[in-house]
Amino acid sequence: MDFLTILQVLDSSVRLATPLLLACLAGLFSERAGVIDIGLEGKMLVAAFFSAAIAYMSGSVWVGLLAGIASSVALALIHGLASITFRGNQLISGVAINFLAAGVTVLVAQHWFEQGGRTPSLTGDGRFESVTLPLAETLRNVPVLGPIYYELISGQFLLVYIAVLVVPLTWWVLYRTRFGLRLRAVGENPAAVDTAGISVTRLRYMAVIICGVLCGLAGAYLATALQAGFVKDMTAGRGFIALAALIFAKWKPWPAMWTCLLFGVLQAVALRYQNIEIGNFVIPVQFMDALPYILTVVILAGLVGRAIPPLAGGEPYTKER
Amino acid sequence: MRTLPHWADVVLIPLISLLLAGLLSALVVLAIGENPWAAFKLMVEGSLMRSAGWGYTLYYATNFIFTGLAVAIAFHARLFNIGGEGQAIVAGLGVALVCLYIPWPHWSIALVGATVAAGLFGALWAFIPAYLQAERGSHIVITTIMFNFIAAALLNYVLVNLLRPTGAMDPASGPFPDATNLPTFQAMFSTAETPLFRGAPANVTFFLALLACVLVWLLIWRTKLGYEIRSFGQSETAANYAGIHPKRTIVIAMLISGALAGLMSINTTMGEAERLVLNSVEGAGFIGIAVALMGRNHPFGVLLAALLFGFLYQGGAELALWTDIPRELIVVIQALVIMFTGALDNMVRMPLESLFAMMRRGNT
Repeated sequence: MDFLTILQVLDSSVRLATPLLLACLAGLFSERAGVIDIGLEGKMLVAAFFSAAIAYMSGSVWVGLLAGIASSVALALIHGLASITFRGNQLISGVAINFLAAGVTVLVAQHWFEQGGRTPSLTGDGRFESVTLPLAETLRNVPVLGPIYYELISGQFLLVYIAVLVVPLTWWVLYRTRFGLRLRAVGENPAAVDTAGISVTRLRYMAVIICGVLCGLAGAYLATALQAGFVKDMTAGRGFIALAALIFAKWKPWPAMWTCLLFGVLQAVALRYQNIEIGNFVIPVQFMDALPYILTVVILAGLVGRAIPPLAGGEPYTKER
Repeated sequence: MRTLPHWADVVLIPLISLLLAGLLSALVVLAIGENPWAAFKLMVEGSLMRSAGWGYTLYYATNFIFTGLAVAIAFHARLFNIGGEGQAIVAGLGVALVCLYIPWPHWSIALVGATVAAGLFGALWAFIPAYLQAERGSHIVITTIMFNFIAAALLNYVLVNLLRPTGAMDPASGPFPDATNLPTFQAMFSTAETPLFRGAPANVTFFLALLACVLVWLLIWRTKLGYEIRSFGQSETAANYAGIHPKRTIVIAMLISGALAGLMSINTTMGEAERLVLNSVEGAGFIGIAVALMGRNHPFGVLLAALLFGFLYQGGAELALWTDIPRELIVVIQALVIMFTGALDNMVRMPLESLFAMMRRGNT
């Protein structure tokens, strides 16, 4: 395996890690505020469909992106309604949202486009183009650093750069702002936040909406950048891999980025090589597919470090009377 | 304080939730430009008016009874087993191995063997998440989700690399020997003059599912173990003081749950496909969640809810066949049922509670 091949695998790893990272950070906001969200998958899926569908109809990927975010936020609000206002079971609500998304996307896609649950292919302004960073061509021939800059850093989609920027932003919001402090507090001890005279309901809704926006970006990325259009069930379990990454990263933004990159590498390698042969031993592609999940179970088992979720996660908050 | 009479809790709330889900589904059908009433009539005709339709409805219901019971029994211990899908996938492997490699003389003995295998393999797949929950506190929902994906990858590997007959293209095992083929309803109930259940996949496993309902009822309400599971689910601390071993209860409840989910693979693998195929579970593990919620975790409720979903599945297939409404309509209905009976329970309950409180004040 030469240097250029490694760069190409890394390049596709970054592309594949981006939706995971956005969804993972989405989950981070929600779960840090004490609202468990296993509906990341569903929110990504509606965003993927509506971004592609509206981008196709309007001819503008930006309008599509907004539509994708709006649809994802709508589902997030349903989750908020069920788990915050009506104090329902957050896990069950998440399951319902995943099914709702899986069903509605195909129903609407079939009604609008009649192509068996997909959108027409996006072209031109209906799709995100990759961004060539300045000097990429000129620096291309510089040894080692040139190809890294040209192949890996330049030439990604805009949303990839945005996703990378969201990581420090999330860190800053969580650990350096008053809102972030309160958000973390509401996930650990909502009663204390309530006692301080701050609305638990409002904070949790904010977290859930931020989660919806980020899932919207992740879904739109899938359908308008990574691929040109929506196909049925195109998220293919990415929402659950993001959930796994969130646990693996112990609900922290920087580790979330590294974990998603790692899972991205696994996906890229599985995509490129199918079965990997090391000497006489063959690693089957299915093992690579299952590896993120296996790693997460290992982490959950506490064999390597211990994953401690936010204390109030999954518990609806009932105000004392 | 109990504000609702028992009958309202078990009958009225599920019915109102179902009505709301149905109403919203009708709106969805209207929104995609179809007539909801015509669609409903078509579903009823296709699934309940002909014996062949019933043959499909009962076939689907068989799957949902098993997965619904699986989710329900875990719910009794306040555990959310979202891994029925994975447990059924792995159990399918168990059924296939037993059918392919043991020379059974008669289907009835093969059925016993397959039941044991399906139960064991399903329970095995539930064991690791259960053990991790009991011993290390790893959240059972997350681990069972992960195990669903791991199970899918495992089955894919086994089918493609090990069980697939040489030369065959599609990832499936070879056909099971004839002696293991279960009698279908068509073979059991048709006479020369009146053919019934023609071509439908419903088979003898349905009766196994009915038996499972009775056994689960006995287990939950008539045995010491069932009492332990229920008390643990009501209050872990109280159960602990009463001398109920929490770790043991978690593991046992999950083993039973996994075994029940596994049993559905007898119906799909041995009863219908008569070989092991890649996607035999087809989301039935998740429908178990809707069925258990709808059926209020009671075996009889699960049976009714499973029949309802069997009807929806067969009706949905008919719709996809005769109209422009895709099969995914059923997924939407399923989502709405889960939403209303599970997560938005309080939305229905709160107004109802104030209504009953008002009536009570009016009476006194």
